[in-house]
Amino acid sequence: MWKWITKFASPMHFYLLVNRLTPWLGWGAAILFVAGVYGALFYAPADYQQGESFRIIYVHVPSAWMSMFIYMVMAAAGGAGLIWKTKVSDAIARSSAPLGASFTFLALATGSLWGKPMWGTWWVWDARLTSELILLFLYLGYIALQSAIDDKRTAARAGAILALVGVVNIPIIHYSVEWWNTLHQGPTITKLDTPSIHIDMLIPLLIMALAFNLYYAAMVLIRARHEIIEQEKNSKWVQDLIIDKVAV
Amino acid sequence: MARYRYFKDSFVKAMSVTPLKLFSTILFRDIFLGMRSQSELVNPLVFFIMVITMFPLAIGPEQAALMQISAAIVWVAAVLASSLTIDGIFRSDYEDGSLEQMILSPHFGYLLVGAKILAHWILSGVPLVIMVLLAGPLLYLPEHALKTLFFTLILGTPILSLIGAIAGALTMGVRSSGMLQALLILPLIMPLLIFSVSAVNNAMKGLSVDGELYFLGAILVLALTLAPIAVYSALKIRLGE
Repeated sequence: MWKWITKFASPMHFYLLVNRLTPWLGWGAAILFVAGVYGALFYAPADYQQGESFRIIYVHVPSAWMSMFIYMVMAAAGGAGLIWKTKVSDAIARSSAPLGASFTFLALATGSLWGKPMWGTWWVWDARLTSELILLFLYLGYIALQSAIDDKRTAARAGAILALVGVVNIPIIHYSVEWWNTLHQGPTITKLDTPSIHIDMLIPLLIMALAFNLYYAAMVLIRARHEIIEQEKNSKWVQDLIIDKVAV
Repeated sequence: MARYRYFKDSFVKAMSVTPLKLFSTILFRDIFLGMRSQSELVNPLVFFIMVITMFPLAIGPEQAALMQISAAIVWVAAVLASSLTIDGIFRSDYEDGSLEQMILSPHFGYLLVGAKILAHWILSGVPLVIMVLLAGPLLYLPEHALKTLFFTLILGTPILSLIGAIAGALTMGVRSSGMLQALLILPLIMPLLIFSVSAVNNAMKGLSVDGELYFLGAILVLALTLAPIAVYSALKIRLGE
């Protein structure tokens, strides 16, 4: 099993695997996304309090989940790159950052769109919103560091250190922000009660979450594949590949 | 053969340096070097006072309004001033190559890093703490709150140096590294800001500040244990191992 996994740490095998995998992931994401959007707009009943505008959670909640999940993937891949010095995990960590930042931004933007009719304002210094904003700052710092260091491998490994420091910090940031919020303002906002969600509302949400996951997997593999090809452009297997493609 | 013995002797001599001796050598070297470039010592303090002066000019000189946000102003100004000093930790040693020699030396790397961070704190953190005590009355901070502010700074400025050193090590020799360092440091130290400012605000209201100070102490211990590891690995990566 371990041998089977380590095989894909070699850039060539990774490339071939990604070529076979991405159509499945991409089409799976597309089908689930259509099903999820249909379920979110037509199948799920309107909320008894919030009416139709609650439906934005079908984009908001999955992207908030993805924003945290991708940071963890980025740190784990970066850590693996530091330990085993594999190019593939470096490429995955680097390609995850813009995707994670986009999902974080999407979560903030949809939250703000939902907040306008519900809270009457585009932005509230709510604990969760603030932690999400700081998460966006962490992503932007990572991306800035990546673009500042010219050598890609050094950049990936420096980024891995930053991501790991961030992972240690995220719980501290999360709880300090929550504490700050309860100290500074009382619970003036009644939040959406997430655990007691109706099953008809939950099913489309889970489908959307799965669609977002598959979309991320497809995108990160495609981006990582581009990085690998660019880094390995002087190796024999890439040149063979190009000659094959031209000949066929 | 004589040549070989010379190298062998110097290697043994280098290895026989005790960790304490190594630590103090680096510490005093960095402090002496820092003391010589006085503008680098003084500029962040001047910047700090200037940021503080801008707030009364922007908000107005009313005592009640300034007192309410004085802790926030002092801490934000301190964080900004200290993030400007981060570039100094590793830059000159990186540029003249001595940092590479230190990392290549057979000694315990975390000690080297720890000595450099301690030197940075003595050179930039301690003057800042003293400066804050002078600046507090400018913003009408009451005396008992000033004491709390002092304790939050004593616990907080070493954290700024420790986390700043990570950013400094990651961005050595990079274009426009000052801006980048601020971008990397600021999200990581937001908990520090939250606990420190709420401690001072509680002190002004006459509430207990133990909780916040314990949290700051816990963050300091965590940073003390983990940051040198991160800094050392970052230095090795940036120097190409």
